[in-house]
Amino acid sequence: MATDNENPVADALIPETSGAPLVKIFGAGNAGAKLLGALTTPEFAAAQSAIIDTDASGFAASNATVKIHLENKLLRGLGSGGDPERAKAMAEEQFSTLKSACEGASVVFILAGLGGGAGSGISPILARAAREAGALVLAFVTLPFDCEGNRREAQAQTALEQLKAAADGVVCLPSQKIFKLIDENTSLVETFSFSGGFLIEGVRGVWQLLTRPGLIQVHFADLCGLLRDRHAENVFAFVEATGAGRSREVVEKILAHPLLDEGRALADSEAVLVSLLAGKDLTMAEVNRVMEQVKRQCSHAQIIMGAAVDADLKSKLCVTIIAARQTPASMPVRVEARTGTSNPAGKSDIVIARPSRVRRTGAKAVQTQLPLTIVSKGRFDKSEPTLHHGEDLDVPTFIRRGIPLN
Amino acid sequence: MFEDSNIVVGLEIGTSKICVVVGEQNAEGALNIIGLGQARSRGVRKGEIINPEQVEEDLRAAVFEAEQMADVEIRSVYLGVSGSHIRGFNNRGMHTVVSAEREISDDDVQDVIKNAKAINLPAENTVVHAVRQHFFVDGHDGVTNPVGMLGARLELDMHVVHGNANRLQNAIRLVRGTQLEVDEIVFNGVASSLALLSGDQKELGALVIDIGGGTTEYVVYSDGAIRHTGVLAVGGDHVSNDLAYGLKVPLSRAEKLKIEHGAAQVTEEARGQTISITNELGLELKRINVEHLQRIMSVRLEELFRLIAQEMEQAGLTDYLRAGVFLCGGGSRVPGIVKLAETVFQMNVTLGHPGAVSGLTNTLEQPEFCAAIGLAKYGSLKNRQRTARPLFTPGGLKQAFGRFLHRS
Repeated sequence: MATDNENPVADALIPETSGAPLVKIFGAGNAGAKLLGALTTPEFAAAQSAIIDTDASGFAASNATVKIHLENKLLRGLGSGGDPERAKAMAEEQFSTLKSACEGASVVFILAGLGGGAGSGISPILARAAREAGALVLAFVTLPFDCEGNRREAQAQTALEQLKAAADGVVCLPSQKIFKLIDENTSLVETFSFSGGFLIEGVRGVWQLLTRPGLIQVHFADLCGLLRDRHAENVFAFVEATGAGRSREVVEKILAHPLLDEGRALADSEAVLVSLLAGKDLTMAEVNRVMEQVKRQCSHAQIIMGAAVDADLKSKLCVTIIAARQTPASMPVRVEARTGTSNPAGKSDIVIARPSRVRRTGAKAVQTQLPLTIVSKGRFDKSEPTLHHGEDLDVPTFIRRGIPLN
Repeated sequence: MFEDSNIVVGLEIGTSKICVVVGEQNAEGALNIIGLGQARSRGVRKGEIINPEQVEEDLRAAVFEAEQMADVEIRSVYLGVSGSHIRGFNNRGMHTVVSAEREISDDDVQDVIKNAKAINLPAENTVVHAVRQHFFVDGHDGVTNPVGMLGARLELDMHVVHGNANRLQNAIRLVRGTQLEVDEIVFNGVASSLALLSGDQKELGALVIDIGGGTTEYVVYSDGAIRHTGVLAVGGDHVSNDLAYGLKVPLSRAEKLKIEHGAAQVTEEARGQTISITNELGLELKRINVEHLQRIMSVRLEELFRLIAQEMEQAGLTDYLRAGVFLCGGGSRVPGIVKLAETVFQMNVTLGHPGAVSGLTNTLEQPEFCAAIGLAKYGSLKNRQRTARPLFTPGGLKQAFGRFLHRS
């Protein structure tokens, strides 16, 4: 039902036996397909890409290696109609196809725009399939703008939770935050391509880290160790600067980056990945300066860094940062798991899965809070936050220090 | 005009209270406090105005009270300013003496002051204070008045306090709106240190920490000049907010608990002790563990001191504080705060009292009025300077004109 041939998916994605980890990039849903289309730079030529959608209308324009069309007689090829449950049911039906598509890959990137039907429904299932196929799964997703309405927002949040539980890491770009980066006259088309471009930069940062022979190499094992089983929500930023003071400028830009909440995201992250890329004149002092500042910002975090040289960049220095946010240790994660080998399509059991890993810093009796309200600042909720080296001093000290009151 | 020129008024629009201090200056220039007015402040957060209407109402009440008490009409005030946007730094200006005999003239001094004031501020910022520290004549340190000395190169270290122009203007406009003239704006930390420190202490080197409701200001003096200033937007409000959050009580109740049972360090008698909160009918609502209360307070205050101590360390000033640390502001009323500060700073800590000011001692010995008293004192010092320098010398005219420009 998926495709015309016997088993084209498995054929096209036969694992390569080269030294570098085999990366497969999937675009799920309409937005995913568009993002995949934007990954046109030559460096991605080596990667195998695939589109999965419920609506075949975008397939012709895409040059992806594999195109998986999830369809159902009921829908008559009209797509999922904005309903993630429908898309999910169809993805469950095709679970084995998805799994075989992921077969052989070490890393699977999933690109999707959450909030609609196909992206929200397919991506958690795809993430699970990829994990079962033995790959490290990184999802890069966008969340809808506030103005897109409550329903999409709610669907996006549910999908994000499911995706977090299913994938090793989710890099998420709340589109609303893009507003801070664009000026008022930016057209709608530009805005979408800008937010897509942003996500692409995140993909590229990780990609470079994995594939480019670096001066300071990041091993695939490092990345696995950092991300595997963490189910964390990641935030990322991409900054670049040129000229003499570029390392300083880069650091300033990182600390002022809206996607990193002006540097606050670094302070409460538990793992940080930094990828530096520059022209041939990259000096150790520059690497050191950037890393020192990053380290100072995130004292609790495990840091992985990589540096690489690309002669084309000339005097440009690009830094990609991906920070994994802490999730409250005692929160049970809802995972939709497939129990047994065959599950009727569209039905999935909801189980309370293993609680997310206890943090290395020792299980302190921190007051847990609902994930919805970060930390109430009471009286200072609406005033300008008092930031001191990335720490919000308005949050009660005993909470920041994790001092138990028992 | 002549009669009330010896009246100086300090006005502090604080986060928890608005305070007006009326001082009378005698012929020798000494200040005598004759009036005090205060009102609860409702429209200020973290030292900055968030609701001008409420502030105006409270301000009128405070001014009225002070006028009644001092039996004068207040026309102009020295206005205290604070807020996290205020920063201080040191700047050095250089000037080459050109006259043939290499004698440093008054003009040379004015030139070097101008050079030291020429600094790169962000466009939206404006200078609040520019304070002379020391002159250098041909690299020789520690010259306080170089006029008449011989030298080729004259340098000057200056401490510049600057802040966001719009936010400063907000306060000034509000005060002007109540038909009061603003003589000058003064950074609250500078005012507090003026009220607290004697000349000796300024020479020896001292750190003044004013723990207010929404902000904490700190100023370092050494060798008789201001070395360092800063503001942290953390104060008594944060302590109350922490308590409200940690003990799960309303903010007003937390404020009360803080005043009645608070301590800067967990005391022996608090261990295991609980108190009950009752409603207006005397029914018990909740039991509060005093140890928790004091722990929450102590971690917050300790953090505050540590942040300041860190900054002292970074600025390399720790060894210059030979007179020690002086605390003032409402936050310094917390029992045990001196001991806590001593453990953090590892030096002598004193609760400051305004000195060299007479009148109304019983009310003015209270630490929370330090800044307002200091503002009045600042005004009295300015007045003295003004009378000492007649208007119709070139410098005097320039200064008077400068003042005029400064105000607008």
